[in-house]
Amino acid sequence: MDARRGRDGAHVLGLTTVNTPAVEVSDLVKSYGSTTAVDGVGFEVTPGSVLALLGPNGAGKTTTVEICEGFLRPDSGAVRVLGLDPVADSARLRPRIGVMPQGGGAYPGVRAGEMLRLVAACAANPLDPAWLIDTLGLAGCARTPYKRLSGGQQQRLSLACALVGRPELLFLDEPTAGMDPQARRLVWELVAALRADGASVLLTTHLMEEAEALADHVVIIDGGRVVAEGSPAQLTEERPEAQALRFRARSGMDTGLLVAALPEGCLVTEPSPGGYLVTGTVDPQVVSTVTAWCAQQGVLAEELRVGRRSLEDVFLDLTGRELRS
Amino acid sequence: MTDLPPTGRFAPGTFTPAPGAGAPLRMLLTHARTEAVLTMRNGEQVLLTLLIPLALLIGLTKVSVVDLPEPRVDSLVPRVFALAVMSTAFTGQAIALGFDRRYGVVKRLAATALPRWLLVGGRVLGCLAVVALQLVVLGVAAALLGWSPSAVGLVWTVVLAVLGTLSFGAIGVLLGGALKAEVVLALANVIWLVLLLAGGVVLTADTLPPAMADAVRLLPSAALTEGLTDALFRGTAPALSTVATLTAWGTAAALLATKTTKLT
Repeated sequence: MDARRGRDGAHVLGLTTVNTPAVEVSDLVKSYGSTTAVDGVGFEVTPGSVLALLGPNGAGKTTTVEICEGFLRPDSGAVRVLGLDPVADSARLRPRIGVMPQGGGAYPGVRAGEMLRLVAACAANPLDPAWLIDTLGLAGCARTPYKRLSGGQQQRLSLACALVGRPELLFLDEPTAGMDPQARRLVWELVAALRADGASVLLTTHLMEEAEALADHVVIIDGGRVVAEGSPAQLTEERPEAQALRFRARSGMDTGLLVAALPEGCLVTEPSPGGYLVTGTVDPQVVSTVTAWCAQQGVLAEELRVGRRSLEDVFLDLTGRELRS
Repeated sequence: MTDLPPTGRFAPGTFTPAPGAGAPLRMLLTHARTEAVLTMRNGEQVLLTLLIPLALLIGLTKVSVVDLPEPRVDSLVPRVFALAVMSTAFTGQAIALGFDRRYGVVKRLAATALPRWLLVGGRVLGCLAVVALQLVVLGVAAALLGWSPSAVGLVWTVVLAVLGTLSFGAIGVLLGGALKAEVVLALANVIWLVLLLAGGVVLTADTLPPAMADAVRLLPSAALTEGLTDALFRGTAPALSTVATLTAWGTAAALLATKTTKLT
């Protein structure tokens, strides 16, 4: 008992070996009946960083997070959270993590303030619940029963419950679902502040914008598998062969001469009237050729830009463009 | 939402990790208080745990629709106490747990530092607090109707109320922890009604046909009613069989519940 307390004390003082990942997952598999929800997922959360699990609905994000939280046992694969087994070492792990489940998580009749004070009482050094209620814009409904809070207010209370124990690692499952833009921005600021103060965060989202704004590392999963991972910059990094130059000009121009002037492999199309797209290896020479050609035609190339793929493009390229239930 | 937060509103170090579990006693008391307060705030629960027993106590004392040994209030108090314990610890607990699971409360709390034993302990203690309050209110009402218990009888009542709450609580957790909330709601109410009418509460086992009486005596509802009747009406110590029956039900339900209770 004393030895354990000593070790926990060391964590409080920040003496954990920096090399131990906050979360370490490999070859995770989890099936429900004949449905494989998670099919070989693996990733690592570096201490003090934010990792976003990005994927469409049903990709296996929540299952993965619940395995990390110790609520589900994987069929196979390895999970270490803060160096511990989330199921076997649950009692030692839980005081060190903060969990924001997806939806729910409070007595229907409980007042927001009561719920947060209850969760705060479970922690050794909690943040001041009143301050947190105020910070999350819940002061006006601190005495409102949970079931009468709006979806966004319920989400903010849930986030407060995840934060209040001053955890070293937070699991936030779709933290901004159902929130208005102001609340979403507040959550983003909170996550950035947590990271700046040394906490590690594993969050799930299906919002590209959110992953791009918050995460040091993005893991895109689809159909229970990791389909891509890297920093947002790495994921959106230009692939030379997939670059594009776009400009607007008079519609219906004959682009034959332009194609002839461009290096081999470049294609020119007009996907929408007056909207031209040059694909291929777009280098400064290509840009120069295009503008020179426009000058010859006596037109001004408007809105000329060389496209960098957004994380959204990457996401949609990888997970398909059709809507899925 | 209030105004947009200014950027950099959180001073560096605001969220510096300082994890750890709270003090067990504080966790237990906060959890138990929350459970008790929520029960008392819930209108249906108050109806079930307080108003129905109170109505039965007053109604059956004043109106002689059921044959009862005289003085009527003295013979009613043990039954009404047993009903109150059963309503809170079994029906109320089962329904609350069923819906708390539905709403993710149990999982929410299971994700905190709250140890598993406290997750149950807080609910049990909350239940005991509600039962204590019920018995005080019902006891005062009975006293106003002319009930005057012996001190020894009251001591036994406390012992039996605690044992009854634990046993019925275990059965309530067994039911509320395993099935869907709506199924729990229906079953908990049906079982409550059956035990009230045919489980040795309103009609004590003695007044039933012998073959049925022996079976009914094995029910926890009859055991608790019999024990309380011994203590408060007959002025004796509760028969060992009643204590043994309650203990057996509670132990069996608790052991089974550890295998079947789900967080969601």
